[in-house]
Amino acid sequence: MRIGLVITANALLEGDVVWLTASGGLTRDLAEALVFTDRAEAENALAQASARTAEIVGAYLADVRLTADGAVPAHFRETFRTRGPSNYRHGKQSQTGAEPHVSLF
Amino acid sequence: MYRYSEFDHAFVAERNRQFRAQVARRIDGSLTEEEFRPLRLMNGLYLQLHAYMLRVAIPYGTLSVPQLRKLAEISERWDKGYGHFTTRQNIQFNWPKLPDVPDMLDALAEVGLHAIQTSGNTIRNVTSDHFAGAAADEIEDPRPYAELIRQWSTDHPEFQFLPRKFKIAITGSPNDRVVTRAHDIGLRMVTRDGVPRFEVIVGGGLGRTPMIGQVIRDFLPVADLLPYLEAIVATYNLLGRRDNKYKARIKITVHETGIDTIRGMVEARFAEIAREFDRAATEAALAELRAMFAARDLPSRGRALFEAAHGRDPIFRAWADTNLTPHRAPGHAIVSISLKAHGQTPGDATAAQMRAVAYLAERYSQGEIRVSHMQNLVLPHVALDDLPALHAVLREHGLATANIGLASDIIACPGMDYCALATARSIPVAQQIAGLVGALDIEQELGPVQIKISGCINACGHHHVGDIGILGLDRAGVENYQITLGGSASENARIGARMGPGFAYDQIVPAIERLLSAYLDLRLEPAETFALAVQRLGLAPFKTALYETEAQDAA
Repeated sequence: MRIGLVITANALLEGDVVWLTASGGLTRDLAEALVFTDRAEAENALAQASARTAEIVGAYLADVRLTADGAVPAHFRETFRTRGPSNYRHGKQSQTGAEPHVSLF
Repeated sequence: MYRYSEFDHAFVAERNRQFRAQVARRIDGSLTEEEFRPLRLMNGLYLQLHAYMLRVAIPYGTLSVPQLRKLAEISERWDKGYGHFTTRQNIQFNWPKLPDVPDMLDALAEVGLHAIQTSGNTIRNVTSDHFAGAAADEIEDPRPYAELIRQWSTDHPEFQFLPRKFKIAITGSPNDRVVTRAHDIGLRMVTRDGVPRFEVIVGGGLGRTPMIGQVIRDFLPVADLLPYLEAIVATYNLLGRRDNKYKARIKITVHETGIDTIRGMVEARFAEIAREFDRAATEAALAELRAMFAARDLPSRGRALFEAAHGRDPIFRAWADTNLTPHRAPGHAIVSISLKAHGQTPGDATAAQMRAVAYLAERYSQGEIRVSHMQNLVLPHVALDDLPALHAVLREHGLATANIGLASDIIACPGMDYCALATARSIPVAQQIAGLVGALDIEQELGPVQIKISGCINACGHHHVGDIGILGLDRAGVENYQITLGGSASENARIGARMGPGFAYDQIVPAIERLLSAYLDLRLEPAETFALAVQRLGLAPFKTALYETEAQDAA
């Protein structure tokens, strides 16, 4: 399985999760994120992104797995960040109409 | 109830004005996040996984009707229509946007609420008995003292940058409902020869190094409370470690220095500063506060309506038998309102539910609402004959779950559904355990059992002091849940013992089911609670039950 890196952070005003895109913009959809396969390159871009203090907070690199369907988070914490909490359909899943990711009784 | 003085109003208004300007400067780029972060934390604003979170203090867990209505309004206007009550008697809003927060704080200030010192290395919101001023077992209402501590600790110039956060809990009853022994300082009222004084406990705490607090002064005159607290915190401020965040709490200071040495230092400091505190003024302030907190005389009422409903209606009976606590006034009861409906998020209340509780408090409970560290609400002063009508309103709003103190009355921290520090989820585990005991209908049969869930080692969910504690961890990139058994949050507080290897997310609920089944099989009689059975039998049979299925699978 190929592994990549994305730059992610929280938006300053809304506080929600964003990722850096290839055009240097910010997206709220992981599918639109720029995926790095070279760590040095990713770290360089992270340093630049971290300077965007008027837009984002707490930028960091997150591992993704590169699949046929595109990049998917490597860690469950990052998976949750693409969706929102499991107890209500709030956060990103409220826009996508996806089911909360936990089935309850 | 306490009424804000002109000083309180002016202080909060000024802080809000300052924070509004700080937010504006952050948004226009004048402040970096590094500069802004400590400022927002001083005002209770966190940045969590999916959004900002605003933590609002509910001093000593007491709310008025206008305050609860304002919380409902804030949740609808600037959040998603609900609030989350926490184990420290705070309420958290999970979805505020940064530009809205100054308006939210101004709205809170209208009813004498704020978010000051709900974060940071300061003295946090002082927690107190949610049955204060009502409990039949109480020596004295602890809230006048708690308010005195709030006034002393708020913006205390010496204690804004302590080595680490500092939590104080206070109770006026011999039955400890605030877990005093798991706090940096715990205050328990005791009497000797009819004189009420405080037993002062220091160095308790949960987190990665759980410790039970030790008595530093067994019998403190109430007028010496503030200088003695100041002596403890000042001693800690000097001795406490700033080199290692994980060793910075006072529990480590006490552990490394020794309680006797600490006591000597505190007493020396106390002797030095006590004269700077005006005892007469403290006594006068206390007298004024006692008058503010005193409940009005509760009119004598009959119990015919209560008895009739209790005899006729099994749903009312189950609720009354589970959710009521004896009141000191005859013909009255303390009502615990469960925020743990099976399958719901522990501690969450919608705006409509908050308004319903506010209405009931206004009509039936002298306008008072309490928040418990168990993440439930309380109406402290209800006449028995008003209970059938009150229960009917609770039912309409999904607030009549009869499970106080039972298996589904679970403490759960927000866990990785919200919290940036969490290592695993807590809420869905609580939802599934509650769903299980509800589906099996074994809750009444099981009797009192406290299940407490934390989503990381910081232990906001108090797992160490649960009869059954669950700690969610990240083990090699998957959620894993460790179980502790035999803890206690009572006046005989005890840290639970860790069982063997943890369980995967989809295995933790079956593991808890095996534990509960084992208890039902092993107990001598229904009066032998889960805690008593663990005490009598030790951990071994429960450990066997936990791991037996896995052993069979492996065989």
